[in-house]
Amino acid sequence: MKNEVSKNTSDVNMARRSFLRYAGAGVAGMGLLATAASCHKDHGINPFGGPVDVGSGDIGILNYAYALEQLEAAFYTQVIKTPYAGMSTYERVSLTSIRDHEVAHREFFKAALGAKAIKGLTVDFSSINFKSRDSVLAAAAAFEDLGVTAYDGVGYLIQNVDYLVTAGKIVSVEARHAAFIRSLIMPGTDYFATAPQLDASTSVNISNVPSAVLAGANTYLVTKVTAKSFA
Amino acid sequence: MNLFNIINEIEKVDPEFQDRISPRRAAIKNMAGFGSKVAIAALPIALSTLFKKAYGATASAADVNGVLNFALQLEYFESAFYNAGVAHTVYKPADAAYFKAIQLHEMNHVAFLQTVLGSAALPQPAASSYDFTAGGTFSDVLTNYKTFYAVAQVLEDTGVRAYKGQAPNLAGNQVVLTAALGIHAVEARHASAIRYLRYLDGATNALGGPVTPWITGSASVSNDTGIAPADGNYAGENASTQLGVDITKLPSAEGSTTSVAVAVEAFDEYLTKAQVTALVAGFGVTIV
Repeated sequence: MKNEVSKNTSDVNMARRSFLRYAGAGVAGMGLLATAASCHKDHGINPFGGPVDVGSGDIGILNYAYALEQLEAAFYTQVIKTPYAGMSTYERVSLTSIRDHEVAHREFFKAALGAKAIKGLTVDFSSINFKSRDSVLAAAAAFEDLGVTAYDGVGYLIQNVDYLVTAGKIVSVEARHAAFIRSLIMPGTDYFATAPQLDASTSVNISNVPSAVLAGANTYLVTKVTAKSFA
Repeated sequence: MNLFNIINEIEKVDPEFQDRISPRRAAIKNMAGFGSKVAIAALPIALSTLFKKAYGATASAADVNGVLNFALQLEYFESAFYNAGVAHTVYKPADAAYFKAIQLHEMNHVAFLQTVLGSAALPQPAASSYDFTAGGTFSDVLTNYKTFYAVAQVLEDTGVRAYKGQAPNLAGNQVVLTAALGIHAVEARHASAIRYLRYLDGATNALGGPVTPWITGSASVSNDTGIAPADGNYAGENASTQLGVDITKLPSAEGSTTSVAVAVEAFDEYLTKAQVTALVAGFGVTIV
């Protein structure tokens, strides 16, 4: 039914995407400068559809989470739609469950945010080979690990403790996903929980500030996301 | 964590930050020497002390230490549990890397929390003070790998729930909350991995399906392990409403409404300190 990500992947956005890819080739270096400069401007309507800023305060953090969940949900939706070669029944069932969890997270944030929700994001998974198990699982692990570091990195900024606990309820599920995907990649090893995701000396999971998380997430997004009020 | 970047960032919005934390601006420059002399694990608390000095903290130092000591007591127990499991090699040879990794992580969590707490750290109980059989409920826990895996799964899921329940007590505390969330995530990775090993071993859950890496359930089942003595460890885990939003009413990937199972799996619930204290008492763990 309602899938903001796929809904927005209209012809218009496809054209936009092609344009961005074309433009991106020449101005990749300038992109950073432009982003940095735009930090001091009001973010009005951008003719190319982005970037989207998550806003500030608790609503900003919820929108930040909503953005990441949109990305994850869109990824697993594609994984199930176009299964990689040799996907076992167990893998299909498990990846379908993960898709369903991510969709539930996305729809939860959308419902909880209501009118304050950012728009549906347009994704770009052209760097992922959905036919390849290795490519899909590597991307899945990267998304899950990134999600864990994202939630953990903004926990202290959340003012409302109910939101904080809810973020905690979600992040442990993302960590479960991460460990599971990693076990599929390298079974029989400590890959499910190891450096660099864990600090090598304390075995505490690392965390990331929004700017670092979004730098990674934005490589899969046509609609770039910023979190200017957070580090 | 880059301490100097953090201080630089703070100075951008609060130019007097360094004066707040030390009347002598030069003092902060000594942090470089300081940092190289103490264990890296000790740095977070030093930083936390700086912030408390500068702005005051939401929770008092005593409250924060209380949470950290609660966590430490659970980690002492978990660490002893895996030490015993590894000493008895109570796992399949193919799974050795998992349990050795988990043993190491729990040991490191103990050391980390001890370092952070410093002299406030509660002492480590003797391993012999624990009863891993929980009064005979799991009598073959150190000889039958199936029992060991099942207890490990329950303990890890409980650890996840316990850390989550303490988050509000650390709200706003960048250093301690972030570290606690970081351990919370590792416990969740452990829980997922042990559940996966049980799946590989053919174990089934209370719903009759294979064990899943995440906690599943139904409207009537909150304890998906089917291990009745652990019912309390999963109390309330089958919640399907979050922040007033009924997850089962939301659209699913297939367009219909979301199933109860997905609503349960997608969100891990928490336990209070009182609940956890009661749950681990059977293992000879006395939470102070």
